[in-house]
Amino acid sequence: MRILGLDIGSRSVDALWLEDGRVIDAVVADSGFDPQAVARRFVERGAHDMVVTTGYGRHAGREAFGAQVVTEIKAYATGAAARFPDAAAVLDIGGQDTKVIALGPGGRVLDFEMNDKCAAGTGKFLEVMARALGYALDEFAEAAKAAPGAVAISSMCTVFAESEVTGLVHRGEERCRIARGLHESIAKRTLGSLRRVGAAGPLVFAGGVALNAAMVALIRDGFDGDVFVPDDAQLLGAYGAALSAHGI
Amino acid sequence: MSDAPDYGQMWEDLGLNLRAHCALLDAIPKMYANAYLSQDNRPEGMKYFDFVLSEIHGLRIKELVDHQAAGGKIVGTFCLYVPEEIIRALGAQAVGLCAGAEWAYDEVERVLPRNTCALIKSFMGFKLGRVCPYVESADIVIGETTCDGKKKAYEIFGEMKNAYVMELPQMKRPEDRVLWRGEIDKLVAKLEELTGNTLTEENLAAAIREVNDKRRALQRLNAARKAAHVPISGKDALLAVQVAFYDDVPRFTQMVNAIADELEARIEHGEGVASADAPRVLVTGSPMAIPNWKVHDLIEKAGGVVVAEEMCTGSRYYDTLVAENAGSLEAQIDDIADKYLGINCACFTPNDGRVDDVLTLAKEHNADGILHYALQFCQPYQIEAYTVEQAAQAAGLPVLRVDTDYSMEDIGQLQTRIEAFLEMLQSESAA
Repeated sequence: MRILGLDIGSRSVDALWLEDGRVIDAVVADSGFDPQAVARRFVERGAHDMVVTTGYGRHAGREAFGAQVVTEIKAYATGAAARFPDAAAVLDIGGQDTKVIALGPGGRVLDFEMNDKCAAGTGKFLEVMARALGYALDEFAEAAKAAPGAVAISSMCTVFAESEVTGLVHRGEERCRIARGLHESIAKRTLGSLRRVGAAGPLVFAGGVALNAAMVALIRDGFDGDVFVPDDAQLLGAYGAALSAHGI
Repeated sequence: MSDAPDYGQMWEDLGLNLRAHCALLDAIPKMYANAYLSQDNRPEGMKYFDFVLSEIHGLRIKELVDHQAAGGKIVGTFCLYVPEEIIRALGAQAVGLCAGAEWAYDEVERVLPRNTCALIKSFMGFKLGRVCPYVESADIVIGETTCDGKKKAYEIFGEMKNAYVMELPQMKRPEDRVLWRGEIDKLVAKLEELTGNTLTEENLAAAIREVNDKRRALQRLNAARKAAHVPISGKDALLAVQVAFYDDVPRFTQMVNAIADELEARIEHGEGVASADAPRVLVTGSPMAIPNWKVHDLIEKAGGVVVAEEMCTGSRYYDTLVAENAGSLEAQIDDIADKYLGINCACFTPNDGRVDDVLTLAKEHNADGILHYALQFCQPYQIEAYTVEQAAQAAGLPVLRVDTDYSMEDIGQLQTRIEAFLEMLQSESAA
């Protein structure tokens, strides 16, 4: 039995093929302007017996591909618990959502928190800020990590923070210190969410933003417990979705 | 609405902005069809509500205008605390006013701060945009000092409409009860002057019975939602309470009792609207005025079922009755004061009664979890959410806190959060 897990997100469509619990292939693709079309390409490979979708496009996936559907919360919880059986919490910072999940035995969701309306503190926020500072995304993280100090950023709103950053640039603040300040402000907010759901370690940090070394270092630094980052951090949702298939 | 009778002249006479009103009347049937007519296996009796909604600004307004033509008065209200019994006893009709949709916000935001709760912005928008025939037909609007937002907004509203504000105390000590009793006396005087009628033991006793009968019918309908196989959706039950605020009282009571008969028969046959393992959710918090069906719709489309509402458009509306056969007019008014002061709105401090109500309701209706719903910028409910959450969790009930408004911009995130909450409830009941 081959299961295709599809995480149809705002920034990437992640596909993972599972056969008898073993990952046999996985791909991360840009969502572009038509994420369903990107997802369809993976479905059309025909290398599966069953599809499970998660992410923003999960319901459209059900209609188009007859897929089973799970939320990102369940997918990440299931994926994290399978990869790290000791995990007690999950942090997923994706393109436009941040989710924190407190896990019980066997990957059961005890509590979770998710940003409600805006993309403050998400991958999208980092992208916009990197652009405002004239960095490529990977340079942005490296500069933040290596910066000798941070400029405090008070706005978490993407729009306001962008103005704040522009103001700081004009005041002659060092770019890398602003970059560091932006990362620190997200880390602080994220650690606050983790505390609110009562997340204990070990914590699994996944989603696209887990590829950002500066962010990982800040979360490790501020979190009271071990922090695990899976090698394929972007694919944990697709993996969890595939594992959530029922009726196999 | 094409085959509906033509109410154009009536709306024009009421001073509505016909173009804007037409746009509003175009939008509501679509929202209604999407939320309501898409449901499977609805009780037959809900057809009455389909009709009521299709005539929301038509037939009912016609009835009210006719009532006025015959010398009766129309009294608009925004809140549970305004005693309907007194309004009816004096030969007037009480109607709850429109406050459930975003309307004319561009005009509203010239008057009110942007960060005002959706309910207040909405009632102001319906007035400024001249699209609510209920407020336009009302002879008077009775406000109340429940929250700061409403209290201050009524001052501005009062410049556009004949309005009268009752002072609702914010504590429930004996001296507060004295104040409230005095406020009811003042309301009686105000409405006697408006209607030219005198409140008597007889007319008040009749009104108390009528309104009690309405609340009893809603109690019956809602008791059916305790069944293992829920015979009516949360959306439909919510709609019944929403309509209770403005429909003709005896007709409404009869129709709701007919639905309750049907639901009781369904329970006997084990017939339900949701699968037996659907997660059962209690919703508590800020009121939901028509056409605000957002949260119920998300819960039920995600496979859950709402089994109770602890809110003004829910149990707070029908749970308690005014004592009958008090023996004198003074004693009747005392009973009315007590009944209304007994309602547990978050504008009171302390408000432990609400927490008890939530937990009791959750238990009686066998809820698996609680969704705490607050309108954004509705401070009393947003803050009290903490207390409710602590108490619910101590009782082993998971809580999802939702702060939202009437817009659809957060629908994606809300859907994910609600679906994940239902998944969580399901895995808990499986464990």
